[in-house]
Amino acid sequence: MALLEVMNVGIAFGGLQAVAQLDMKIEKGHLYGLIGPNGAGKTTVFNMLTGVYRPTEGDIILDGKNITGKAPAKINQAGIARTFQNIRLFSQMTVLDNVKIGLHNQVKYSMWTGIFRLPGFREKEQEMDYKAMKLLKIFDLDKEANLPASSLPYGKQRKLEIARALATNPKLLLLDEPAAGMNPSESEELMNTIKFVQKEFGVAILLIEHDMNFVMGICEYIYVLDYGRVIAQGNGESIRNNPKVIAAYLGGD
Amino acid sequence: MEFLSYLINGISLGSVYAIIALGYTMVYGIAKMLNFAHGDVIMVGSYIVFIAVNQMGMPPLLAIVISMALCTLLGIVIERFAYKPLRSASSLAVLITAIGVSYLLQNLALLIWGADPKSFTSVVGLAPVQLAGGRLVISGETIVTIVVSAIIMAGLIFFVNNTKMGRAMLAVSEDKGAAQLMGINVNSTIAMTFAIGSALAAVAGVLLCSAYPTLQPTTGAMPGIKAFTAAVFGGIGSIPGAFVGGILLGVIEIMSKAYISTQLADAIVFAVLIIVLLVRPTGLLGKKISEKV
Repeated sequence: MALLEVMNVGIAFGGLQAVAQLDMKIEKGHLYGLIGPNGAGKTTVFNMLTGVYRPTEGDIILDGKNITGKAPAKINQAGIARTFQNIRLFSQMTVLDNVKIGLHNQVKYSMWTGIFRLPGFREKEQEMDYKAMKLLKIFDLDKEANLPASSLPYGKQRKLEIARALATNPKLLLLDEPAAGMNPSESEELMNTIKFVQKEFGVAILLIEHDMNFVMGICEYIYVLDYGRVIAQGNGESIRNNPKVIAAYLGGD
Repeated sequence: MEFLSYLINGISLGSVYAIIALGYTMVYGIAKMLNFAHGDVIMVGSYIVFIAVNQMGMPPLLAIVISMALCTLLGIVIERFAYKPLRSASSLAVLITAIGVSYLLQNLALLIWGADPKSFTSVVGLAPVQLAGGRLVISGETIVTIVVSAIIMAGLIFFVNNTKMGRAMLAVSEDKGAAQLMGINVNSTIAMTFAIGSALAAVAGVLLCSAYPTLQPTTGAMPGIKAFTAAVFGGIGSIPGAFVGGILLGVIEIMSKAYISTQLADAIVFAVLIIVLLVRPTGLLGKKISEKV
């Protein structure tokens, strides 16, 4: 059984059908791409998968459970985490605390333990620190752990968003334009990090990206969206040569 | 010496404002709303202590714990039934609801306890301290108020910055949507903020009524408004700001009463607020809002 099954999902905003009849299947531990021209509905798909929008039709099944229209926090706890097209870190908080926010549901202690610093408080907080630092090390951010997130350069902020999302222990990680604004060497490095994350954490990844070299370089399977509908799907080679995809990107009939 | 005595009294009164202001500022920071019923929670807390101590003969400390517990519950109930249904409503609707809740509490208190002022017996058993050969006398209430406020402040700053619930509160206050997508339950975080604010209001009520021992249904209204002023003064949304704003407001009020005019004291307090806001619209410790062009 697939990890994520999207069945006939659609959403309309008033009279505008933003996404229609969307079918997707995502297998455990694989890397998928979601591409398409601007305004095709890619981020809308992410917003439906994470509960920000409630689909007006169809079902989203994660690991056999129907998560359609559940609250974002519940969906995150069920195993979907994401990053954002325009970075949404907690910029006033430190790099370490951003990751610890991601660990919120992974390490548990009660409010009273926190208020009165009961036994176990220090231990649990240390456990969080340890886990967070381990993640930061993977993304080469451990030296910046105590700086405010807003002080990081752009590329590192993108990486921190991925680290924070991974901290929630997802089965499926959604990356919304992870390489946006990166120079070629930064995006090359990011590709390697994403591949590493896929192997190391065994997590399935679905990413939106405009940089075709990036998408073709790492995605095993690609969905192409145009005007809210899937117009093509398959591996990189078949997408590259698909006349519908070429037409969608370059115009023409 | 007189000046020092006024200063200490000002700090003491200011500490009470600070504790109340914490409730305003935390709720504003996280739920982005002004809970004008906060002042009336103080009044309810004071009545609970009054009944427990004067009518049921409980030891004051137990009465305070009970009052804190009941006020916490009251805060959660108010949030759940009055504000939560309006989570996505306009801020004006929420503001008016808050004013409505404030009048509801005042009138319920009027119904239950009547309009005649009760004389609140101080719960502080500490004798006044005499310094400088008896020329400077500090009352037990003053000392307890300052100490308790300092402890609450330190505890709260630790809680917010070093525990996972505190971090969740900071995250929700910065970006509710992103916090939700990281698995944080925004509703329970907001409820917890109301709970903490209301528990602190109960403490503030006891301290206030121990220093100014008249208790009536409108007891919470004026300190509530002043504490709100203190929160804005210090920078609404900022916890240290509430503390600084509260203390400064208390000192300004007492100094105005002592050296200028008792009647004009409140006017002076609010005039200072207006001046501060003209110079620094985000308050003393408020975040500067810079917009990217």
